[in-house]
Amino acid sequence: MLIKLPPSSGCREGEVTPESVYLSRRRLMQGALLGVASSAMPGTGWAQYPDVEPAIAPPWLQRRLTDVQWAPSPAEAVAPFKVASQYNNFYEFGAGKTDPARHASAMQTEPWSVRIDGLVAKPGVYDLEQICAQSRLQERIYRLRCVEAWSMVIPWLGFPLAELIRRVEPLGDARYLRFETLHRPEEMPGTRSRFSLIDWPYVEGLRLDEAMHPLTILAVGMYGRVLPNQNGAPLRLVVPWKYGFKSIKSIVRISFVSEQPKSSWMLIAPDEYGFYANVNPAVSHPRWSQAQERRLPNTLFSPNLRPTQLFNGYGEEVAELYRGMDLRKHY
Amino acid sequence: MRHFWLRSAVFLGALCVPLYWLYLAWLLALGPEPGKWLLDHLGQGALVLLLVTLAMTPLSRLTGWPQWLAIRRQLGLWSFTYACLHIACFALFILGGQWERLPAELLERPYVMVGALAFLGLLALALTSNHWSMRRLGAGWKRLHRLVYPILLLVLLHMLWVVRSDLGLWALYASLGGVLLFLRLPWGKRWLGQAALVRRNRAQRDK
Repeated sequence: MLIKLPPSSGCREGEVTPESVYLSRRRLMQGALLGVASSAMPGTGWAQYPDVEPAIAPPWLQRRLTDVQWAPSPAEAVAPFKVASQYNNFYEFGAGKTDPARHASAMQTEPWSVRIDGLVAKPGVYDLEQICAQSRLQERIYRLRCVEAWSMVIPWLGFPLAELIRRVEPLGDARYLRFETLHRPEEMPGTRSRFSLIDWPYVEGLRLDEAMHPLTILAVGMYGRVLPNQNGAPLRLVVPWKYGFKSIKSIVRISFVSEQPKSSWMLIAPDEYGFYANVNPAVSHPRWSQAQERRLPNTLFSPNLRPTQLFNGYGEEVAELYRGMDLRKHY
Repeated sequence: MRHFWLRSAVFLGALCVPLYWLYLAWLLALGPEPGKWLLDHLGQGALVLLLVTLAMTPLSRLTGWPQWLAIRRQLGLWSFTYACLHIACFALFILGGQWERLPAELLERPYVMVGALAFLGLLALALTSNHWSMRRLGAGWKRLHRLVYPILLLVLLHMLWVVRSDLGLWALYASLGGVLLFLRLPWGKRWLGQAALVRRNRAQRDK
């Protein structure tokens, strides 16, 4: 467990614990230094991760990056930025792990807007600044578990999806959220491949209560900076207890619907991928055993294999969502 | 030994590729998951070598040069060697040395089973690739070594199951394999014979 989130009934940790105790001394020092420097220096926050390439964000986002609620030091080693930003699955840019880092720079992320439609009181096309407007950015250090049986620990910057959902006021019939990734063939060589099995755009979905869960965030950054394009810039979902493909990237549309949406992977291989895709070592995938995972980066001498945890180790927070459900059937 | 230089070149080439990969791994140039990288590349290497092996007979028919046949066995053995290394990577980096997980892998994941069957086939061919076995098995040897065709199909099926949403590279290997298998059918043989004849006639005319 990397982040302790109190139940909604309890008082917030910040209300009882002074931040000076909550933050480690090192982070506190850095925070203070960055606070002083923030007006002059762009990309504040990235300095605490050693190998981060700084990036220039749009001015409004740059301002938000100087006011981040930083996470406490994680118990597990965070993956180097280079690993998290150069070993990706983003099929829009190619099927290889290094294709996204190579090709994603062609993607235009400014301006960016998200269409919110379906069963909501306030549908509309919101630009990214509006999407983020009322939420302070938080750092969330999560394990990311890929269905291909590897995992990394990544420090995201974002805000709870629940905050956005409340603002657009879902109607009573809205039971699911359907997300869509940008589909712009001229900037995305993977979508031009004739051999691809995916019917673009990429689609994912969540049940409304999963989307409202405090662990579910919309991320705009990682490692103290804006998201690199290959990691799903400028706006992506992060659902840490589900396999990575659920955490859809470069979101352009969020629809509130009454029926369970069909995700891209469900359409490609219905017998391999279910709607829930919760991390579960007991439910084997036809391609990969899910009993163990390889924590990256690893080396030839230490494959870094470790047992996979149910709900990726976030069971204490999320198991309640699935009470009474047969997780073998609803995989 | 006839064709000494050609044989040596094939030997060195096939040996250097995995050594070069290990060197890249040592430089940390294979990304965050070097074991998986080696696993994938050794598997593909074994397939490519199998295709090259199968191309030797049609090439010698087409060109009339015997040197293709002189390196055919060595190429087949290299394909087997890459397959052995591929399996070693699987055992080390995917199973993590826990052999007790192998039965579940074989039963739950058809592509592992298909790959294992293909490997057993290659093993049988490698073990009987010496002169002693050829003499011993007589006419049966040729029949046994026709196993290479179903092995190729198994390997292609294995890869098809492994590749994800992008089939480009697989389609390339599969079409090459398709051509090589076609050349073994009566039609393919006739076509190859005609092509060789045309080639020879043209060569004579040019003299």
